[in-house]
Amino acid sequence: MTEMSYLDGNMLDGPMRELFTVDLSSAMGRCENCGTTGSMASLHVYSHAPGLVARCPSCEEVMVRLVRGPDRAWLDMRGTTYLQVPMPMEQTFPGPL
Amino acid sequence: MGIVSPGFQGRPRTQEPALPPGQYLTEDFPVLSAGPTPRVSLDTWEFVISTENGSDHRWSWQELMALPQETPMVDIHCVTRWSKLGTNWQGVSLDTLLAGVDTGAHFALAHSYGGYTTNLPLDDLRGGQAWVVHTFDGAPLPAEHGGPARLLVPHLYFWKSAKWVRGLRLKTMDEPGFWETAGYHDYGDPWREQRYQGD
Repeated sequence: MTEMSYLDGNMLDGPMRELFTVDLSSAMGRCENCGTTGSMASLHVYSHAPGLVARCPSCEEVMVRLVRGPDRAWLDMRGTTYLQVPMPMEQTFPGPL
Repeated sequence: MGIVSPGFQGRPRTQEPALPPGQYLTEDFPVLSAGPTPRVSLDTWEFVISTENGSDHRWSWQELMALPQETPMVDIHCVTRWSKLGTNWQGVSLDTLLAGVDTGAHFALAHSYGGYTTNLPLDDLRGGQAWVVHTFDGAPLPAEHGGPARLLVPHLYFWKSAKWVRGLRLKTMDEPGFWETAGYHDYGDPWREQRYQGD
C-alpha cells in the first residue's frame, strides 16, 4: 500500500478565495453544539465586545468569532461544523481523479 | 554645567490623568458582552476553585459574604480603548479564597456562568491584585456588569476580569480562554499595550 500523497496549502488558495468572496449571509451553517442547520444570516451576533461573536439562534453556543486587529484578523469557526455555500455549476473540489 | 536638567518635573497628573498607551478616559461604564446575560440566582450561585489534583473548594453566596470583605478603588482599562479611573468595588480577595487551597499550579482558567473563560497566571491573582467582587459603587453589581459576582483583576485588560465568574480551574499548563484563542494577547498588560497576540 502506498502513502496517500498530499498538496501543500497553497492549493487551497484558489478554492478558498472563491469561497470567501461569496455573500456569507446566503450560506447555511451547522451548529457544532446542537446540530441546528440554518442560514448564517439568522445567527445572533454580539458586537459590543472585543470582537464579533455569532451564536446559534437555537442553543446560543458560539459558532463564529471574528477579531479584527489593526493589521490582522482572526476567524474562529470551531463552533460551526460546516458551511453550505451556494456555488455556480462549475468544477467541484476535489475534482475527478 | 551639570548634566542633569534641574527643571524637569514630568507631566502634571491633574491636567492629564495617567492612562496606558492608546486609551481614552470615560466617565460612564460601557457594557460589553459576548453573549446573552446570565441570570444567576443567589440560592444556587457558587464559586469553585478546582485544583490540578482534582480537589474542589466551594463557596455558596452566604459563605462568600461571610469572608473578610475588601473595598478596592482601582482604575480599569478595556482593550476596546476606554479606561475608567477610581472605580469602587467590594468583594473578597483571591488571597483569602486561595489561602486554604493546596496547589502547585502556575496558571488559572477563570470560567463563568454562560460559558466565558479567560486565563491568567496564578501569581497575578495573588498579592492583593485580584478579587471576586459583588458590589459596585455601593450597590449590588448589576447583571449586565457581571453580577452577582465578577472577577476584578485591574492591572490587566478588563476582559481578564471575567463577568458572572463561577470558578477557577488551576492548571500546571497555560490554557488560553475565550478571547485568547481568538487573537487576543495571552497576558494583556495595558501598560505594555498587549492587546493582540505578538504585541
